[in-house]
Amino acid sequence: MGGLTVPGVPMRFPVPMETGHGEEGGWHTPSLEDFEFVGGFGGPDWVNKPFIQAVLAAVIVIVLWLLASRRLKVVPGKLQFLNEYFYNFIRNGVALEVLGQHDFRRYVPYLVGLFSFIWVNNLMGLFPLLMFPTFSNIGYAWGLVFLTYVIYNVAGVARHGMKYFKNSLLPAGVPWPLWFVIIPIEFLSNFVIRPLTLGLRLFGNLLAGHLVVLVFVTGGAYLLFQADGAVNKVAGGASLIFSFAIFALELLVSSLQAYIFTVLTAQYVASSLAEDH
Amino acid sequence: METTGPIIEGSLNLIGYGLAVIGSGIGVGLIFASVIQGTARQPEARGAMMGTAWIGFAVVEALAILALAFSFVL
Repeated sequence: MGGLTVPGVPMRFPVPMETGHGEEGGWHTPSLEDFEFVGGFGGPDWVNKPFIQAVLAAVIVIVLWLLASRRLKVVPGKLQFLNEYFYNFIRNGVALEVLGQHDFRRYVPYLVGLFSFIWVNNLMGLFPLLMFPTFSNIGYAWGLVFLTYVIYNVAGVARHGMKYFKNSLLPAGVPWPLWFVIIPIEFLSNFVIRPLTLGLRLFGNLLAGHLVVLVFVTGGAYLLFQADGAVNKVAGGASLIFSFAIFALELLVSSLQAYIFTVLTAQYVASSLAEDH
Repeated sequence: METTGPIIEGSLNLIGYGLAVIGSGIGVGLIFASVIQGTARQPEARGAMMGTAWIGFAVVEALAILALAFSFVL
């Protein structure tokens, strides 16, 4: 099974179907190798598929929101209604609820942009022709995490000055002998574990989801088309049909992870802005 | 000694990962069980409960995701 070749752009077939590597044939188990892309777009090696997808997603998000914000009417049409629905979902459902009336307005643009960008990238994991979630390469997740990390720490320092570190390291009313225990724990929890889990959660969910899709689709296709025996063929067909259920689950997980990343970002900003711990 | 029959290959890490995920599986189950119970008792509070539930879900799930990462790394 060869690769899908767009003229001039060698692309890997979305579903790796190489059976074995030369020797005995058989099935190439989906592994982390399926997540590595090198070049392929004529530029340097780092201009690979996830990179192109990330840029494409940024362009899509910017263009769509620019189009959405032009010629706004007091009585919204169908498209404007849809856009306002998504905007309000983040504005009221996340920003207003988590950050509160006083200072949610400043963070709405970042949260809306973050949600749209992650969502578009995650949906690319299910979109035919692309079929690869960008954030299953962990570097892209770390990029967003770095941005969020800077934003919630800077927000805290700008609001409280150096008192921010005291706020986030030391809950009020702890007797001093416990400080030696509490301060390292709080430091780990607020400054190390938070960004670590934020990035790993996004990455891990998409990596695991894409692996499961690969197992069901390539395994099913292999059993159906390459293996012999009626039982194998039936199992392969069942696996291919069941992969639709997996895709539906992935649709849920992709959207959920975009939402959770946004909610947690808002939550972290809210906890840096809070007066006490 | 000659080995006959199929040979099982793979990483022992995945068994550890499976064991680790039991914990967060139970945790996520408890969270949503509570949300369902709460919704049954007080349907109008569903929105507020779901918001908190997703955050709790994310925190519990972090353990499973850490285990996934470590199962690849270690």
